[in-house]
Parts: sequence; structure tokens; C-alpha cells
Amino acid sequence: MSILVTSPVVIPMIAGILALFAVNRPRLQQVIGIAGTGALLAASLTLMVAVADGTVLVATMGDWLPPVGIALVVDPLSASMLAIAAATGLAAAIYALADPRASRTRAWPGMPPLLMFLLCGVCGAFITGDLFNLYVWFEVMLISSFALLAQGGGKERLAGALRYVGLNLVSTVLMLASVGMLYGLTGTLNLADLHGAAIAADRPGALTAVAMLLLIAFGIKAAVFPLFFWLPAAYPTLPIPVAAVFAGLLTKVGVYAMLRVFPLVLGPEALGDTHGLVQETLIWIAALTMLTGVLGAAAQSDMRRILSWHIISQIGYMIMGLALWTTLGVIGSVFYLLHHIIVKANLFLVAGVAERMTGSGELAKTGGLYQRSPWLGLLFLIPALSLAGVPPLSGFWAKYLLIRAGLETGAYLLVAVALVVGLLTLYSMTKIWLEAFWKPAPETVSIRPLSRREGYAMLGPITAFALLTVVIGLAAEPVFAYAEQAGLLLVEPAPYVETVLGASPP
Amino acid sequence: MEAWLALAAGGLTAGAVYLLLARSLVHFVFGIVLLSNAANLVLFAAGRTTWGLPALVPDGMATPDGPVANALPQALILTAIVIGFGLLCFVLVLVDRVRRRWGTADIDQIHERELSGKDLEP
Repeated sequence: MSILVTSPVVIPMIAGILALFAVNRPRLQQVIGIAGTGALLAASLTLMVAVADGTVLVATMGDWLPPVGIALVVDPLSASMLAIAAATGLAAAIYALADPRASRTRAWPGMPPLLMFLLCGVCGAFITGDLFNLYVWFEVMLISSFALLAQGGGKERLAGALRYVGLNLVSTVLMLASVGMLYGLTGTLNLADLHGAAIAADRPGALTAVAMLLLIAFGIKAAVFPLFFWLPAAYPTLPIPVAAVFAGLLTKVGVYAMLRVFPLVLGPEALGDTHGLVQETLIWIAALTMLTGVLGAAAQSDMRRILSWHIISQIGYMIMGLALWTTLGVIGSVFYLLHHIIVKANLFLVAGVAERMTGSGELAKTGGLYQRSPWLGLLFLIPALSLAGVPPLSGFWAKYLLIRAGLETGAYLLVAVALVVGLLTLYSMTKIWLEAFWKPAPETVSIRPLSRREGYAMLGPITAFALLTVVIGLAAEPVFAYAEQAGLLLVEPAPYVETVLGASPP
Repeated sequence: MEAWLALAAGGLTAGAVYLLLARSLVHFVFGIVLLSNAANLVLFAAGRTTWGLPALVPDGMATPDGPVANALPQALILTAIVIGFGLLCFVLVLVDRVRRRWGTADIDQIHERELSGKDLEP
């Protein structure tokens, strides 16, 4: 079993190294990329089935048992995140087949190896059971994303990369410092062990300081209000397949880290009375993130920029579930996380097709896509309406859970903000629909149909993700049951803690 | 000892914040250097500063001879230094690329040029 548990890290690492060897053969690199992400998806799905009933799988290395050795832990939340990360990677790898830049540029070492190392870091962050190890995986993820951002970049992308790199470096340093403080207070770095050690330390004040530092560190990664400025500067400048992976995964790793660390280590028992302060901060962050994101999007006129700003507003919803600090809220956050990655990555992919056909992402210079290709219109509408939360698509259930959790807690203002933001999201999506799809094409624009190859490579992943969105919407029950398992294990981590600390040697 | 470490970490952080807020990218890079060293000191102090032997077990014994220093924070700092150094190299190259492409290493000027560039677009 431990081979399976380590495979989400090992597979992308091996595929990445193989892709580096094929550095002068772009086509072979792409094949390796697809094979690697495909194998990763298969392994993740196997893990997901294995933990679906709430089991926790632990892998230890070289007879160093937790809490001393680093353990890799797969629980329902991490397994589902792995599967979705792998699916997003696979979609990007297939989509990149249609990207002429990916195969033509001589930018060293090409996209596939970096994408694999990025996935390696992301998957490592999802399955690690150790706080310092989480920091290391964050760094693996960051350095790969830095390279992807800067690779073959024009002026604009370099300027965006600068902001991304700068803020994220500050974030990792803050995380390192808070890990150090937490170690000083508790004497352990193992997440499961920290659960008890943080309570036993009985230092609510100092732990609250650590919680706030971690909130800033993870907040920069998740692009929450007031720390999101790097995102709209960097994301719109990326090539579409990379942008889809970044948009789907990177900020969500920050949210995942919050979901993992806060209920487990820095919960009410450890923080005492000051826990209310952390919770209130989270509530404000959630509300303001939702609002600024959606208002920022309303002011944009470029498809990629609109979608980038919407990432920020959607992060607010995920924080909202955590901020409510109820079981249903956390379950809602998990559901939202799963639904959002699929939908957001898909919207970027669709925007890429629209850009390819009309030659521009600027809304004023696009148009007539619905007339030319009604299918593409449908494929845009599914994720777009799901993002806004229109039933019966996946986004509706995600929002429904969060809003119900909010009403149960009596956080009416937060619920009102969430509903208004949903409406404004619909406004932005309608804007893209009206401009790019519905209105006749401007006379200066000639729509270029996709070639057969482009059609398969680009529309294949989009169709699969759109279908997934519809299926999650129509069959929300099993997905909810799964999210419930995952959420319960976050809120009541006793089984997680016991399994990890009671791990036997491999 | 802890007090001195705390003062050093605080001083480094203060200097780092000052440099990070500067408009010049080169200052920014040095700010990152100072900040990561401050974090390393925090890690070091978190492991408790004690006078102890190296954490090694002598030949023929099952446990170390006398109190040993906590080796874990040292391992953590070593990891952090290596990672930090790698990232620093990347940032230096990135800043150099930005300076060459934009003709300046002043973030305000880059921002202005970005905005004016957009206005010029037809």
C-alpha cells in the first residue's frame, strides 16, 4: 500500500525527469507529459476508491515512524484533491498538443517537464503529514511555477512574474518563520502530533500569533483580500494550458493548507478564547475577497483578466466555509474546492479556444462565436453558469451548502455577500457570453475555424470537464457523501491522528 | 542568548521590510535575503539554544554521552538555506531579465510603462 501512497509524488517526478531527457524532442516530451499525468490520474483514482469510506492511509519511510519521521498521509480530502490535480494536469497536457507555441519555441526546457515538477509539488503538498515537509513541497511547486511563468516570456509576462515571485517568496519565508515558532511551542512538526501538542502547550496567545502568521502565508498563496495583487498581474499573461493549471490548482493549494492546518492544529481547543479573533478575521477575509474579486472582474474587458479576477472571488467562498467553523461549512468548502478546480480550469480552456478562433481575448474584438460554433457556446455556458451557481450544475450545490451553513450559524451578512457575489458573477459571465458569443463578429475580425487536430486536443478536455460539471450537478448525492467524509475527518480529526501516530513500519 | 537572537531576528526583519518597500528591484532582492535569514534565526531559536555535544552516538554506546544539542532545527535551517539560495539565484536572474527588457529596475517606472504601453495599443 505504501507504494500506492507515495506514487502521487513519484510518478510526476519520474515523468518530469524523463521529459527533461527528451528536451530536444518536443513531441516526445508531450507524449511523456500525457502518459505521466494519465498514470497519476489512475493512481489518484485508485487511492480515492481506497479511502472513500473514511480510511486514512499512511506511508512511512525507512522505519522512521511518526512523529519523528515524515509520514505521507492520504485521507479522503487529499485523495480527491490528487485526482482533480491529476485530471487538470492531463487536460492541460492534452490541450497543449494544439498549442503551436508549446512545440515550436526553443525555450528550455519546455512546458511538460516543468508541469510535471509542478504537479509533483502540488501532490506532495496534498499528501504530506508534516508541516516542514509542506513548506518543502510548496517550494517545489513555487520554483516550477516561477520557471513556467518566466519561460519564453515577453515583457508583460516578466513584469507579472516579478510580482508573483516577490509576493510568494515573502509568503514562504513567513511560513518558515511560523513553522519555527510552532516547533518552538510544541516540539513537533508532525501534523497529527501537533493536534495534541498544540492543546498540551497551553499557550493560546502565542499560538494565535502563529495562526495569524500562517494565515498571511497561506493567504498570499490563496490570493485572498488584501494579498491578491500578484494574481491578476501574472495569470493573464500565461499560455492557456499553463494558465488553466495555475488557475485550477495553485491558489487552491493555499486553501487546502488552511483547511488542513487550521482545524487540526489551531482549533478552538488550542487557541482558547482568542480563537474567536482568528475566526472573525477569516470571516472578514472571506467577505472582502468575494467582493473585491467580483468587482475587479466587472471592471475588466479581457476574457483572461475577467476569469483571473473571478478566481479571487471564488477563493472567498472556500474561506467562507472554513470561517463559519461548522461541520457543514467545512464540508461546503471541500465541495466548493472540488467543483471549482474543474470549472475554473475549464473556463480558461474555453477562453483559449475563443482566442484561437477570433484571434483576441479582448471582448470588443471578439464576437460571433455562437453563430459559428454553437457547441462551443454550450461548452462555455456549462462552466460559466456553474461558476455563478445556477442549478442544477455543480456550483449550485457548492453554494447551497455554504449558504445553508451560513444561515445555520446566523452569519446573515456573510450570506448576503455570498448571494450578491453570485449574482455579480452571473453578470460577468453574461458579459463574456454577449460579447464573445452572441453579438455578431466585428467586421475586422474573421473567425478561423479550428483544425481537426486542434478540435480534438482542445475540445476533448473541455467536453470532459463540462460533462463532469453536469454529472456532479445531477448526481450531487455521492459527491456530497464523499465531501462529508472528507469534511468530517477535518473537523473531528481523531481517526486521522490515531492512524498516523499508530503507523507501523513499512 | 535567546534575547540576542530575538533582537537579531527583529533587526533583520526591520531592515528587510524597509528594503522590500523600496522601489528598486535590487533593494527588493536584498530584502528577501535579510527576511529569509531572519526566519532561519527564528527556527534556530525555536530549537532552544543549549550548550551540548553534537548529536552523535560514540562507538560502542547506545546513547550519546551527555546532553546533546537539538539537531532538528539545524537540519531544518540547512534545508531552508539551500532552498532559499536556489530561489535567490532565480530571482537575481529574473530581476536581470526584467531590467534588460524594460530598461529599468525601478518597479514604479515599469508600472508606468506598462500602463502607457496599453494606452498606445490601437
